Amino acid sequence: MLNGLFKTHLALGLAQAGVAALAAIAVMLLARRRQIHVERETLIALVRGLAQIMIIGSILVLMLRGPRWTSVFILAAMTVAAAATSARRAKRIPGAFRVSLYAITAGAGSVIALMTLAGAIDTAITALVPVGSMLIANAMNTNGLALDRFRSDVQAHVGHVEAALALGAAPEQTVAPYVQAAYQASLIPAIDNLRSLGIVWIPGLMAGMVLSGSPPLYAAVYQFVVIAMIFAASGLTCLISTTLIRERAFSPAEQLLLRPEAAAAPAG
Amino acid sequence: MAAPIPILRTEHLTREVAGRRIVDDISIEVPPGDVLAIVGPSGAGKSSFLRLLNRLDEPTAGTFYVAGRDYRGILPRDLRRRLGMVMQIPFLFPGTVAENIRFGPRQHGEALPDAAIDQLLEQVALPGFASRNVANLSGGEAQRVAFARCLANSPEVLLLDEPTSALDDAAKLGIEALVRQIVTARRLTCLIVTHDMAQAARLAERVMVIEKGKLSRIGSLQEVLGAQRIV
Repeated sequence: MLNGLFKTHLALGLAQAGVAALAAIAVMLLARRRQIHVERETLIALVRGLAQIMIIGSILVLMLRGPRWTSVFILAAMTVAAAATSARRAKRIPGAFRVSLYAITAGAGSVIALMTLAGAIDTAITALVPVGSMLIANAMNTNGLALDRFRSDVQAHVGHVEAALALGAAPEQTVAPYVQAAYQASLIPAIDNLRSLGIVWIPGLMAGMVLSGSPPLYAAVYQFVVIAMIFAASGLTCLISTTLIRERAFSPAEQLLLRPEAAAAPAG
Repeated sequence: MAAPIPILRTEHLTREVAGRRIVDDISIEVPPGDVLAIVGPSGAGKSSFLRLLNRLDEPTAGTFYVAGRDYRGILPRDLRRRLGMVMQIPFLFPGTVAENIRFGPRQHGEALPDAAIDQLLEQVALPGFASRNVANLSGGEAQRVAFARCLANSPEVLLLDEPTSALDDAAKLGIEALVRQIVTARRLTCLIVTHDMAQAARLAERVMVIEKGKLSRIGSLQEVLGAQRIV
């Protein structure tokens, strides 16, 4: 319907974005009727998301004309932004940004490097940046989920952690069950994506490849490659972040730092 | 003859959180074998004082000595084993009673034999409980397991943080009897936080009163509780 009304791609895209935003606002209003207030957050996220993706689109237009190595800088900037977003999920964890940065760089970075060397990702900016960004974004989501779960589990079990410390246990031993739970819970979306591939969803990348003329079978296999890379990058990121965060949850004198406000000064 | 070195000595021990002194300049000496009750109103800083001694929190000023040695010269894990702490809520780990009792010694590579576990369970009046799942214990039984778990580390000092406040009267009297029996049998030094003056009188030889983080009185039961009555 919209296709006939707009002459340029940009105008059409903005109109489509407006319709999608209206759907999101309708959901927000439905939530408001149930006393769930996410209006401000949703509106800011919608405007910010559109502005960010348009800026990136414009930068990509410029970068596509540049040399291949510039994609490294784009991916590095994406990694920093991903670490900052992830760290916001774990505000009360000391050094959450640094942990997220190290974990996403090592996790997503090593999978991108390995798969590029293996030839699974083309070094052209048009291939490396979109595929790399998918790995970084998924590593960011997994990392955020893991940090959030670890924080909430530890804060819900402060008594058990401190009981174990009081018995002379090593800090990493006292939080081992919560590290394990955080790791498992954060990987559920990545595992489900892999498990339901082709049955529940046909990802955009495969659809795009088919539309642009690639053989459907190759597009399908390549989509599996990408989803498997996402799983590897997410799993590695999460493994590194949970290991690093475990150490930062304690002081050098092996005292639990990650305590809820109310428990920081005992009543007695 | 020189006086024995106190097993515990605090020197201007202080902890400040967000500009508020929750433990304020406390200096005391605890001789070996002493049973000292720490009393005071709710929020006075009694538990906070005990947490500093187990190094679950860090003093912001002052220090304390364990058998003459500054706490900073003792590895936190060793210090916590030597100054065993039993908390208000037992916080048992999921699993069996025996697994809970084995926990402390296992942290430094010691595998506690079944006979030692049985002996500890005898001491806390829970014979035959080794294979029970902790999920099926009553409040009093769980607190007794917490005592056995702490004793498995062979501590020199017992730090008891209101160990009966979450229990009913019958269980409370049972735990009090257990504390008296353990302290006598093992000749342990014991610091017990309580808000119950009657309990302090039943268990302790000496009493210290903390108010607004500060030590307001310390002495024998008669001295301190006598003064309390006058107040």
